[in-house]
Amino acid sequence: MSTALAQPVERENYLNKHYGVGSWLFTTDHKRIALLYLISITFFFFIGGFFALLIRLELLTPAGDLVQADTYNKLFTMHGMVMVFFFLIPSIPAVLGNFLVPMMIGAKDLAFPRINLLSWYLYVIGGVMMLHCMLTGGVDTGWTFYAPFSTEYTNTKIVEAGLAIFVAGFSSILTGLNFIVTIHRMRAPGMTWSRLPLFIWAHYATSIIQILGTPVIAITIVLVAAERTLHLGIFDPKLGGDPLLFQHLFWFYSHPAVYIMILPSMGVVSEVIACFARKRIFGYSFVAISSIAIAVFGFLVWAHHMFVAGISVYAALIFSLLSYSVAVPSAVKVFNWTATLYKGSIHYDAPMLYAFGFLGLFTIGGLTGLFLAALGINVHVTDTYFVVAHFHYIMVGGALMGYLGGMHFWWPKISGRLYPEGWARLAALIVFVGFNLTFFPQFVLGYLGMPRRYYDYSHMPEFQVLNVLSTAGATILGIGYLLPMIYFLWSMRYGKPAPDNPWNAAGLEWQTQSPPTTFNFDQEPVVTWEAYNYDEIDAGHREEVHVVG
Amino acid sequence: MPGTGRRSTLSDSQTVVDTSVHAHGHNPALLHHFSDEQQQRDSASLGMWIFLATEVMFFGGLFCAYLIYRLWYFGDFAAASQSLNWKLGGTNTIVLICSSLTVVFAVYAAQHGKRTMLLASLVLTLIFGFAFLGIKAVEYAEKFEKHHVPGASFSFIATVPGHPDLMANPRHAEIYFALYFIMTGLHALHMIIGIGIFVWLLWIAWKGRLTPQYNTPMEIGGLYWHFVDIVWIYLFPLLYLIDLHK
Repeated sequence: MSTALAQPVERENYLNKHYGVGSWLFTTDHKRIALLYLISITFFFFIGGFFALLIRLELLTPAGDLVQADTYNKLFTMHGMVMVFFFLIPSIPAVLGNFLVPMMIGAKDLAFPRINLLSWYLYVIGGVMMLHCMLTGGVDTGWTFYAPFSTEYTNTKIVEAGLAIFVAGFSSILTGLNFIVTIHRMRAPGMTWSRLPLFIWAHYATSIIQILGTPVIAITIVLVAAERTLHLGIFDPKLGGDPLLFQHLFWFYSHPAVYIMILPSMGVVSEVIACFARKRIFGYSFVAISSIAIAVFGFLVWAHHMFVAGISVYAALIFSLLSYSVAVPSAVKVFNWTATLYKGSIHYDAPMLYAFGFLGLFTIGGLTGLFLAALGINVHVTDTYFVVAHFHYIMVGGALMGYLGGMHFWWPKISGRLYPEGWARLAALIVFVGFNLTFFPQFVLGYLGMPRRYYDYSHMPEFQVLNVLSTAGATILGIGYLLPMIYFLWSMRYGKPAPDNPWNAAGLEWQTQSPPTTFNFDQEPVVTWEAYNYDEIDAGHREEVHVVG
Repeated sequence: MPGTGRRSTLSDSQTVVDTSVHAHGHNPALLHHFSDEQQQRDSASLGMWIFLATEVMFFGGLFCAYLIYRLWYFGDFAAASQSLNWKLGGTNTIVLICSSLTVVFAVYAAQHGKRTMLLASLVLTLIFGFAFLGIKAVEYAEKFEKHHVPGASFSFIATVPGHPDLMANPRHAEIYFALYFIMTGLHALHMIIGIGIFVWLLWIAWKGRLTPQYNTPMEIGGLYWHFVDIVWIYLFPLLYLIDLHK
């Protein structure tokens, strides 16, 4: 990298301080660990994406002609498991969160740097187990591995996949634990709770879910593995067990897991919108507290995945009402972001385009979530493409748009290089168009009655047009995802060196050099201003902070 | 174990290479990214409490499953429960409560620099820990001999307590024993990890690295030990003492 330097002398930073494989594999620097995660999750993203591509190709024609039924079952299962547990859950927290949480609060590192490294190794071990599982046969139950199908009837590699998720789960727990302790204990002088960037609030809320939810899926996997190996009857109704218990335990984690994906994304969007509207966030404390509220309410709605599974009608009513309550803090956020834009001085840079994309797609995903929380509509569209479209609007339209927006926003800080802005805006547009073309037709398909997880729909050929649209959209979306990877890599060698604060942004992470030094700041910063004081920055009132020596 | 304040070789070398203005030479246990000992101690302690919260949720799933089936199959669960040896379980409860007491002594001794008391308390804690596992092994062996271990050779013939003419359903008793082995097995695994931690604590105490100024490992190791004890305090009545008066 140093050969392509534009500057005569590159300042010492976390990237060039040490070279060699060992300095990366045994690093305790949160920024290097973030990059290790970035590489690992990108790898799994493309594996999961490859499965998605095969699924969409199969559905191009009504007949089941590309793959066998068994193969198709494995494709959507492995797509789900890889994308949920090995991409979306770690995505923003483990990459951007790892990099930014200490910097945003003015700390030198996370509270437990070696545990942070351990969490990456756990992720890798889980990932290798998952790869081995896929290469030796995979799993065909759907990513939800419902019992007793998973414990008694399928002859695929449930135990191995379960253990892979178990190990990766501990990586997620350790990340959450590290963030909570860091946010409590490592804040710089003057960085009070009411001055924390909203990205930090979002990660705090996410971490609560990670530490309280993940152990429940862990013990569920232990029970499934024990039941499958020893033929116990914990979930098998034939032996006196209760399959609904599995679903309760599974969704107790897996519903809040959706908020592990979306909350960090909301944190990114808060940072980006404030910066590119050059305004203080409207209703800071409401946006902050709504993150915590989403984490808390998120734990109380899991049984809305089980409305048709035979739970009591009273339980269904209560869970339906509680599910509506999550919409309140979510709407608080969306309205506050919109109000922030009002009379803002809006700049249409690439990160902002992703944030706009997030706003639209998350709103559609959230509102269709309300349809699904309504008992009547839920029964009509359960297990159809309506559900598939809904959660992809949240998990891809929401979480992934936020991730990409954040990667663009902080890439100059992470790499010290600028990416080509024109290409980045084009990619944002391609992703937005491709995404909607892929998933909007699926709402219609689902509403008309196309069930999910079918590889052959030759008895309903009228669905082909919408499926062709969806597959075409997926191709466009794929290009939209490849582009940033290409120009980010390109920029590491050929990109212009980034200034310390290319966006003239407010956060502490922008007050140090790009890329930062190993311990982030040469002097411990002292914070005397609120987050998002863009009016003061733009009026030149804020004292220039020089924390770089 | 989170946050034990010992330095790795790597962070040592980083400190040596680092030429910035920070020079904490005075306390070798203070890691470079903390500004003072107080911050480091508070972080380690909070980290352990959060870890214990995850442990509560981990065992919580099992307790939830246990409570549901106990409610559904109460008679069968009571019959299966009475095949356990409550005297051995009760002895183990006393053993663990005693071990918690010696852990309290160890924490006190570390904070006040009483070396002999510290070493003695740690050794006693370890003896109690091994005693617990030994008694547990005797109980497991007995269950194995009676074919009460769930699996292909499982068999359970007993009447429901209070109903001499009603045989317990072996399928439901098998669920009880499955939960019994998973819950006590995970607890025993936690005990083994705890013994590993305390062997390490004994080692650093022997080396004189636990001082009144720096005893965080003892403090958070103690928290972990107490937690594992508390889990047993719940497991014992739930598993051993179902409907014992009949």
